[in-house]
Amino acid sequence: MPNLVELTPRNGNASAAVAEPLIVGFFCTWCTYLAADLAGTSRIKYSPNVRVVRVMCSGRIDPQFVLNAFARGADGVLIGGCHPGDCHYQEGNYNCLRRSRLLRRVLLDLGIEEERFRVEWISAAEGDRVRVVIDDMVGKLRKLGPLRMKRDGLPERIAAPELESPLPAGVAVEEVTV
Amino acid sequence: MHEKPKIAFYWCASCGGCEEAVIDLAEEILDVVAAADIVFWPVALDFKRHDVERMPRASILATFLNGAIRTSEQEEMAKLLREKSTYLIAFGSCSHIGGVPGLANFFTRQSILQQVYLDAPTTENPNHVLPETNGRDGNRALSLPNFSEQVRSLDQVVDVDYYLPGCPPLPKIITAAASALLNGQLPEKGSVLAPDQALCTECSRKDSKPDKIAIKQFRRPQEVVIDETQCLLAQGLLCLGPATRAGCEAPCIQGNMPCTGCCGAPGRVRDQGAKALSAIASLIDSRDEAEIDQILATIPDPAGTFYRYSLPASLLHARRGV
Repeated sequence: MPNLVELTPRNGNASAAVAEPLIVGFFCTWCTYLAADLAGTSRIKYSPNVRVVRVMCSGRIDPQFVLNAFARGADGVLIGGCHPGDCHYQEGNYNCLRRSRLLRRVLLDLGIEEERFRVEWISAAEGDRVRVVIDDMVGKLRKLGPLRMKRDGLPERIAAPELESPLPAGVAVEEVTV
Repeated sequence: MHEKPKIAFYWCASCGGCEEAVIDLAEEILDVVAAADIVFWPVALDFKRHDVERMPRASILATFLNGAIRTSEQEEMAKLLREKSTYLIAFGSCSHIGGVPGLANFFTRQSILQQVYLDAPTTENPNHVLPETNGRDGNRALSLPNFSEQVRSLDQVVDVDYYLPGCPPLPKIITAAASALLNGQLPEKGSVLAPDQALCTECSRKDSKPDKIAIKQFRRPQEVVIDETQCLLAQGLLCLGPATRAGCEAPCIQGNMPCTGCCGAPGRVRDQGAKALSAIASLIDSRDEAEIDQILATIPDPAGTFYRYSLPASLLHARRGV
């Protein structure tokens, strides 16, 4: 188990010589998460900079998740889904692709470089691809340096972001489809 | 004799449209005046800051404050009115979520001053004078409020009790809030005083919305003859109704213009721009990356479009480095 604090020296010791990039990964449970699992059982070594969040489908990744990761101190966000045509739910990874192409442009306007947001299609069989992608992304992020979107200097009244608050009990939700 | 409750109106970084919205109440403003005393309203009544300073704590029943917070003076007034008011109500998009002035958070303070005071083609400023908080004019000491680094929504500066959404809030929303206030029927603190659902649910064109919308090209209103009866998204217009709170009854859409999102997002959405982006992108009719990019290129300014009103209240608040 890697020492989490050691990987994020900015939290503890700002003068630490090397600021290791922190990546938040959103991996789909059917493909990329299994690939990362395979990488582990195959004892493939890769940079320990990714915190993986398992999601049911890359189509479930709300752009808010990505922005929230950056807002809370991630230097990069990596999305892993099934190859085009292989989505367990047929259309999910295409929706992820559509959203991420638009999100990429918005991130650029927010001053977040292209290399910090990456979408990869990695199948359950491609354990070594996990290593290649993560090592490559870590290398690029090291060159870019820390993102520092987490604003310690912000006015105290700006509360920590909370995404979707739970519905109060007994509230019926009308599903709005577009 | 029973004393009437006191209310106040104030403006910060805003355009004046919210003041206009109060006037738009027309005769109904007389009902408000009949039920309450307006003790402070700089646009209409000659009361000054020192008059407010003399008021006892929490003596104003409610202050309706419009405008975002950009300068030190606005911050001071927000804090003063917070102290003097039982309820502080953020009135309109700017004080609710940052509003159009919040788009300034895409630019640094320095670049804004540079553009406005030095570079703009219509600016004549041969001595390169920039605003200073403490300046001198001969023997006179002059002071100006500080222009802060970022635009903030009201609740990023002081505690806010309720929000009236809209740019500006519609008369119906204002009168409903005023009557809830005067009759003591306010909902839970922190509520936005409008229905908590997406605008599409009350849109007059909702029946024309196809089950599946597939967009090959986004069109801007000036580029196309808009069918007045059909869902605007189905016609390829960038309508933010799916990610915007209901309550306004879609007057823009009734005027044949797409929703731009001024009422902010429904309650369970944290970041309106991200959610709007998500809803719009999933309508794109392609599975090919190059073609998706080509279709998306017909949206000229996605960040400015999706965050038109909500950048300061968004997850990242501002462009990096601002």
